[in-house]
Amino acid sequence: MHNFLFGIYPYIALSVLIIGSIARYDRDPFTWKTSSSQMLRRKQLIWGSILFHVGVLVIFFGHLVGLLTPIWVFDAIGVSHGAKQLLAVVAGGIAGAMALIGGLMLFHRRWTDPRIRVTSSFADTAILLLLLAQLVLGLGTIYVSLQHLDGHEMTLFMSWAQGIFTFDGQAASYIEHAALIFKLHLFLGLTIFLVFPFTRLVHILSGFGAPIRYLFNRPGYQIVRSRKRRHPAE
Amino acid sequence: MKVRAQIGMVLNLDKCIGCHTCSVTCKNVWTSRDGVEYAWFNNVETKPGTGYPTDWENQDRWNGGWVRTKSGKLQPKQGAKWRILANIFANPDLPEIDDYYEPFDFDYDHLKSAPEMKAFPTARPRSKITGERMQKIEKGPNWEEILGGEFAKRSEDYNFEGIQKQIYGEYENTFMMYLPRLCEHCLNPACAASCPSGAIYKREEDGIVLIDQEKCRGWRMCVSGCPYKKVYYNWSTGKSEKCTLCYPRIESGNPTVCSETCVGRIRYLGVMLYDADKIAEAASVEDKTDLYDAQLGVFLDPNDPEVIAAARSEGVPEDWIKAAKESPIWKMAMEWKVAFPLHPEYRTLPMVWYIPPLSPIQNAAEAGAIGSDGAMPDVRSLRIPLRYLANMLTAGDEAPVAAALERMLAMRAYMRAKTVDGVTDEAVAASVGLSGRVIEDMYKIMALADYEDRFVIPTTHREQVEDAYDLRGGCGFTDSNGCSTGLSKGSLFGGSKKPLKMPTEVM
Repeated sequence: MHNFLFGIYPYIALSVLIIGSIARYDRDPFTWKTSSSQMLRRKQLIWGSILFHVGVLVIFFGHLVGLLTPIWVFDAIGVSHGAKQLLAVVAGGIAGAMALIGGLMLFHRRWTDPRIRVTSSFADTAILLLLLAQLVLGLGTIYVSLQHLDGHEMTLFMSWAQGIFTFDGQAASYIEHAALIFKLHLFLGLTIFLVFPFTRLVHILSGFGAPIRYLFNRPGYQIVRSRKRRHPAE
Repeated sequence: MKVRAQIGMVLNLDKCIGCHTCSVTCKNVWTSRDGVEYAWFNNVETKPGTGYPTDWENQDRWNGGWVRTKSGKLQPKQGAKWRILANIFANPDLPEIDDYYEPFDFDYDHLKSAPEMKAFPTARPRSKITGERMQKIEKGPNWEEILGGEFAKRSEDYNFEGIQKQIYGEYENTFMMYLPRLCEHCLNPACAASCPSGAIYKREEDGIVLIDQEKCRGWRMCVSGCPYKKVYYNWSTGKSEKCTLCYPRIESGNPTVCSETCVGRIRYLGVMLYDADKIAEAASVEDKTDLYDAQLGVFLDPNDPEVIAAARSEGVPEDWIKAAKESPIWKMAMEWKVAFPLHPEYRTLPMVWYIPPLSPIQNAAEAGAIGSDGAMPDVRSLRIPLRYLANMLTAGDEAPVAAALERMLAMRAYMRAKTVDGVTDEAVAASVGLSGRVIEDMYKIMALADYEDRFVIPTTHREQVEDAYDLRGGCGFTDSNGCSTGLSKGSLFGGSKKPLKMPTEVM
């Protein structure tokens, strides 16, 4: 079971994430959107959304860099495992708290405001709940981490994550003895990957793509579409 | 010189009776759907008033349109690209639906299904968003109809800028006019500039500005970017929508629905040739009162052989060049100078223009005492303050508006002399810099306004740009995924929204 959840499930989740997103982008681009509800109710959204998004983005990039940077890089630049863990706990804690406060504001708004509630789909509410649960679990792991400050356990998670991406068959075994809260956090995270293409979360990809398109791929401000037939000879 | 063609529109406000037929036919065709009940691609406002959405003209509040930076460059007023991206999580300039109005319907069914009661059954309002009972309708798309509401509120109208407005609250000095509004299909659209996804584009062949529904991601920056507030966020589909200038009709040579159904025959559609290379320069002139002239400078004379040659080399079809020569827009905007852009100070170079309305003479009771300029009354004695119209149409420059009103008065005087007295009064025509022949042409187009004179729309030459063989068996017009096989209610990705449940009245 452990091997399935942390050795095989990650591949299922990532495959669904990638193939599902491509399929949705290709098949049903009309449904690819942020589903913003700011228009219907501004109250609580401005603060809630900014806190939530900034917090989540910091956490996301923190996890990305923290988990997937090879351990020897940290060793080479002289960052001790303990120091790295402390950084992760402090930065993650602050960002996590921001995201949690923002997320709770957004959830409260979605649940209690009649306009937002009636126009929310099941997926809109469910994904917000999943993310909130994941934030609570993530913040809960800080308590466990503070019990052992040497950073050893963190390196195990790094080995696992890097093992998954390097097709290491033993990856799951590295975290066999991790605390339950970590395992729950990992499982829920993978599940969020799994449902990603079927929810509004796809707007994250556009969010990363938009600055590139807008800032770098568009020379001025305007876009003109032409239907003139371009002759290959010209 | 990069010649492009644009379908432009002129609305003759002098003849608008405020019947809202344009709005209603437009709504029936385009926005009678979930999520856009509140949206009116075409609406008619009573002026003076704060309009729909409330106070839309006040860009200090909404930050729409463009600003000229100190270095002389243009950037959207809501911010340069990086600033727009920074506001992507929450757009501080986005109106709330209550700034338009909460859409509602009435419990009509109750009128026939109510049991026997002492009181007459009524149809009470219900929100189209939540489906809940609305105790009181606070706002509508035309809340200030025929000067509805108190003057104190209506006088927040931005066009009162620089006017001692208090006296216009007095009954004797009241004035009013109608302003039908739709997307301006600007030469320098601020909505397109604000879109991080690049979903909004201007069509090269006819200048229509459209939103690609499959590329729109719902970042909602266009809504705040447009100074006319003519991009609407569909809260059901999560995409922005706007007036399409009825492009399927335009492409086949038909006028837009609003124009076709206008009972006052106030709307004109025609081709304008313009120089795309001059847009940036014209939109960024320093003094905002120069913007009207600058935009005139962007248009190209379709009778100039050089322009015709350049248009041909850019691939503008022959019948489009011919239509540009006969364009009523060209005549009214360029030859007679009676039409003006709406709020040129937003620097978007709008392409829906307006002929200012004449109004009754102020203090008609003292008719002997009013200023009179020969055969015609002085335009400054008209009931609608010149400055008010100038604030709306020329960024506050009164001279061009006064000249246009004088020409319209001269047209009346000339035609009156001709038809009533049987006299051809060239002096009246000459006094406004026109000839009798031109005035008769003006009369034919502006007053008689025959269908063929109002709408000079060449068809789109799709046969030159598309291969019909590829289109064979293609997808039709739908809200995306038109090529989907079969029908299914839900979708793997997103699913359909649950239908709005309308609870029935409980007695």
